[in-house]
Amino acid sequence: MNNPDFWAMGGYAFYVWTSYGITFAVLLWNLISPVLQRKNLLRRLTVKQKRETS
Amino acid sequence: MSLSQAFFAIVVRDLLLAFRRRAEAANPLLFFVLAVTLFPLAVGAQPHLLQAIAPGVIWVAALLAALLSLESLFRSDFEDGSLEQLLLCPHALPVLILGKISAHWLVTGAPLLVVAPLLALFLGLPQQAMATLWLSLLLGTPLLSLIGAIGVALTVGLRRGGMILSLLVLPLYVPVLIFASSAVDRAAGGLPAAAQLDVLAAMLFFGVVLAPLPAAAALRMSVN
Amino acid sequence: MAFFPASWTRFFHQTASPPYFYALASKLSPWLGGICLALLAAGLYGGLYLAPPDYQQGDSYRIIYVHVPAAWMSLFVYVLMAVMGGIALIWRMKLAEVMLISSAPIGAGFTFIALVTGSLWGKPMWGAWWVWDARLTSELILLFLYLGVISLYGAIEDKRNAARAVSILALVGVVNIPIIHYSVEWWNTLHQGPTVTKLDKPSIHISMLTPLLLMALAFKFYYALAVLQNAKLELLRRESGAQWVKNLLGAKT
Repeated sequence: MNNPDFWAMGGYAFYVWTSYGITFAVLLWNLISPVLQRKNLLRRLTVKQKRETS
Repeated sequence: MSLSQAFFAIVVRDLLLAFRRRAEAANPLLFFVLAVTLFPLAVGAQPHLLQAIAPGVIWVAALLAALLSLESLFRSDFEDGSLEQLLLCPHALPVLILGKISAHWLVTGAPLLVVAPLLALFLGLPQQAMATLWLSLLLGTPLLSLIGAIGVALTVGLRRGGMILSLLVLPLYVPVLIFASSAVDRAAGGLPAAAQLDVLAAMLFFGVVLAPLPAAAALRMSVN
Repeated sequence: MAFFPASWTRFFHQTASPPYFYALASKLSPWLGGICLALLAAGLYGGLYLAPPDYQQGDSYRIIYVHVPAAWMSLFVYVLMAVMGGIALIWRMKLAEVMLISSAPIGAGFTFIALVTGSLWGKPMWGAWWVWDARLTSELILLFLYLGVISLYGAIEDKRNAARAVSILALVGVVNIPIIHYSVEWWNTLHQGPTVTKLDKPSIHISMLTPLLLMALAFKFYYALAVLQNAKLELLRRESGAQWVKNLLGAKT
């Protein structure tokens, strides 16, 4: 993997690596955003429940 | 009252309502003419260019005119509550909706057939393409009303449904646009266009049979 | 329901109950994530490193390993959404509604990836960022279909009504997708100049094909993982007042 030829992609480095970068950025975003939103929602619901019970 | 009587009763009622609001009913037609008029002003009046883009321009304008007129299909009935009455009817809802769509097409789609030759003249479309243009509009514009009815039925309960309506409906209009404009295009070039018109006719047939079903389900959802 | 044996029906009802499904999704997620990562690692290593360059397209063809699986998934997810829509309309199953709407942003993501990578592949191959190629054009229309589903669901305030609307729309869309696809393909052959080289699949060798299949499988597992996360969020939002959510919150504190 330290081979510079590998990163050069036969002169197509920009196209190949941009493609992979955008792909994994979108995939990660679609995975992480619901998890974060759920954590947020759970926190809000917990606070609400505590206020109601106390 | 039999089903066919109910169907015609709805057609006649909607036509009467449209006749009382003549000025409003003429809007899609005016839009159609105006939109086509804009193109020579935008791209320049070279006859070759206009002739080449004429089929596409006329059809895109027809599509947008249909889109603009769609809201009127259920909107006023939804607001005055007569849509609820329609849903309570003992007759098959899809057939009644087909009645509404037919009336809507007669008011907004059929007039396009009358002015299309005028627009073809504006853009210098060859005489030999006139019949095909006319036939493609005859087969295609009812399809626009049928597909559009599903979209309106889904969005009629929304306050700002217009933008969403175009997002829902325009992608579904793509096949109609492709086949209709290419039929006119071929005819203008002196080639036979029967295959494209056949496809349009087949799509119209399936549209008449199938489109009222999801439209009925969507209306029940919207009125609920 | 009489088509199925009673034990099946019981199984479906149990799995479809929100608390059970929520717990099941939490249990499955690490496994799905692990398998997905392993497949991704293998697919990327094979595709980017082991597979030889294509004799015509050089190394640029390696975009295929994200472009093609994303394009496959964009269609697959839409069809799945329509199936969920059918189930939701016929059996009024809440879970099917939740799965349908949870799939939409992920499917839209796949469609977006297919479009962008197609464009990035097209630039060195065609010399232009965008060419009205049949596959890219139908992918663009598919993106509009996804956006229609997402915005319609967002616009209707009552979420049960919104789910019904979206189910109908997904079914209408899935009937139209083949018609749109073939009309666009046909339009393309009509208008395409002869000088444009198509984004043809390179002559595929086994060392090129294996990573492609691995990546496609990895994307499937990714979809399962992501849809479960979205579904958990959507379930919590819809049932925030329900007893099982209260129990869940109690168990955490």
